[in-house]
Amino acid sequence: MKKNMTDFRVVENLSLTDRLFLLKLTPADGSPIGDTRPGQFVEVRVDNEPKVFLRRPISIHRVLKAKNEMWLLVQKAGNGTNRLATLKSGDLLNVVYPLGNGYTLTDGHVLLVGGGVGIAPLLETGAVLKANGAQVTYLLGTRSARDLVELEQYREVGEVLVTTEDGSTVEGLDCQKGFVTNHSRLRSGAFDAIRVCGPGPMMKALAKTIADWPEMQKPHYCEVSLENKMACGLGVCLCCVENTQSGHRCVCSDGPVFDVKELKW
Amino acid sequence: MADLKTNIAGVEFKNPVLTASGTFGYGVEFADFIDLNRLGGFIVKGTTLHAREGNAYPRLAETPSGMINAVGLQNKGVQYFIDHIYPKLKDYDTNVIVNLSGSCVDDYVTGAEMLNQLDKIPCIELNISCPNVKAGGMGFGTQPKMAEEVVSKVRSVYNKPLIVKLTPNVTSIAEIAKAVEAAGADSVSLINTVLAMAVDAEKQRPVLSTVTGGMSGAAVKPIALRCVWQVYNAVQIPIVGLGGIMNATDAIEMMLCGARAIEVGTANFIDPTVTMKIIDGIDDYLERHGCKSVSEIVGALKI
Ligand SMILES: Cc1cc2nc3c(=O)[nH]c(=O)nc-3n(C[C@H](O)[C@H](O)[C@H](O)COP(=O)(O)OP(=O)(O)OC[C@H]3O[C@@H](n4cnc5c(N)ncnc54)[C@H](O)[C@@H]3O)c2cc1C
Ligand code: FES
Repeated sequence: MKKNMTDFRVVENLSLTDRLFLLKLTPADGSPIGDTRPGQFVEVRVDNEPKVFLRRPISIHRVLKAKNEMWLLVQKAGNGTNRLATLKSGDLLNVVYPLGNGYTLTDGHVLLVGGGVGIAPLLETGAVLKANGAQVTYLLGTRSARDLVELEQYREVGEVLVTTEDGSTVEGLDCQKGFVTNHSRLRSGAFDAIRVCGPGPMMKALAKTIADWPEMQKPHYCEVSLENKMACGLGVCLCCVENTQSGHRCVCSDGPVFDVKELKW
Repeated sequence: MADLKTNIAGVEFKNPVLTASGTFGYGVEFADFIDLNRLGGFIVKGTTLHAREGNAYPRLAETPSGMINAVGLQNKGVQYFIDHIYPKLKDYDTNVIVNLSGSCVDDYVTGAEMLNQLDKIPCIELNISCPNVKAGGMGFGTQPKMAEEVVSKVRSVYNKPLIVKLTPNVTSIAEIAKAVEAAGADSVSLINTVLAMAVDAEKQRPVLSTVTGGMSGAAVKPIALRCVWQVYNAVQIPIVGLGGIMNATDAIEMMLCGARAIEVGTANFIDPTVTMKIIDGIDDYLERHGCKSVSEIVGALKI
């Protein structure tokens, strides 16, 4: 998959909650979007914001070949993402992509676990898995039901299970109080593979919960996507390393997706 | 088109644009974005005699117009480079330079001896200035005596051109440059990163695992220009200038201060095609200023 640097035009910037927004992008010159894999990411250049020097890594949320659109789901976290939130239709965004390895695609019944903005790569991942014939179930963890976004999109791909910390619920969904690790449907024997993206503590708790499951013996049974701080995104600066069974490895180029057993958690 | 060729201690470069060690991997990482053969050369990531795991994460802090890293020379060692990387690089039609670092004189000497065997590596850059290595590293580059010792010992086993990379974290960089010139260096490159620090006020903790690290990026260019200018006025050997070069104008400023070639570092992270733009931009500049050769602007600063 050839990497490239492309100017995208903002088709639409949709504010979803006070912190989350959805950027719909299309290559400014009309050229077709290059091939990408679910779980890969892009590095966007943040223009007109003197406090931001480096690019910002953002997951590929969805690629719609028919519309020639790439979607990014972004959470305001600081200067860079706040600036991105102000982009308007027609503005340009310079993007380096596709970066990283992406999730291993499998068939069977795949559980996609997301927390917070970590749900971002799971929409494309689920859509591609489904198109390949897999059965997809989502387990989305959130503080409160009102933080859940784009539920229709996820429900089109597969069943959506939810946990909320405050116990709030969503009509028509199996919504339970607690963390993702508390959901009753998360149990050994139910899924052929698990793919996770979310805050570190959530992913670590999940890894601990399933550590003794016999299916964990299968390679790539559970893969997690990491968000270490990056400078280059290309595997050359060695800033983004994670401690793994085989030493320091770059999250941007050896990851962001790792077999959870590879990590020294 | 002006003549962009430049020469450093007998090594010919098709243009003065090289890439800085540690910002360009082994070059191949950029092959999707640019034609590596168009570069004057590239300097592969810092290599030490023995493999190093580098420092703990976090290794990065962003600063206004710059960044601080604390990578700590993570690499797989000279032998790994010779066995696994060199075969992939040796057929590029550009100068591939190895950046060699060490934590004691013997390591530098053994590493240099091994690299001396590689036909297609025309010269090495001796890094006596890494701020991220506890033992040695920058230590060698901050004291004229030690700089002299390591350079002269490497000089005695390495018989191709030797570029010595200097740290700005000294009282007088000119003095260090003179010491390595006297010890037999064929060229000096400068500046390595500037010793710096970042603090997270909310957590009341340093951002980097090592507390201090090396700063690079646009913010350090004024320091780099000053160092290049001071060294240009102190030594006879050619200078390779680096530090905060983000575009062709920055590169030209560095050459006007006396650099015969330049290295592009952190800018590669923000625009992986920037080296090509810099080559074209230098060419445009020379044309606009009626220069036939890039050598006409080296040290041409009017004072
Ligand atoms: C592979 C990858 C994929 C990502 N995908 C998405 C995505 O799809 N949507 C999304 O909204 N965000 C995503 N992120 C996180 C996003 O890159 C950061 O939120 C962003 O870089 C913050 O930039 P900023 O300038 O807004 O904030 P800054 O001012 O840089 O930082 C604000 C706060 O965020 C923290 N922070 C900075 N960078 C990161 C990071 N990489 N991870 C965690 N915390 C960070 C800082 O420590 C600070 O506390 C991803 C990160 C990675 C590495
Ligand atoms: S961000 Fe540079 S190596 Fe990963």
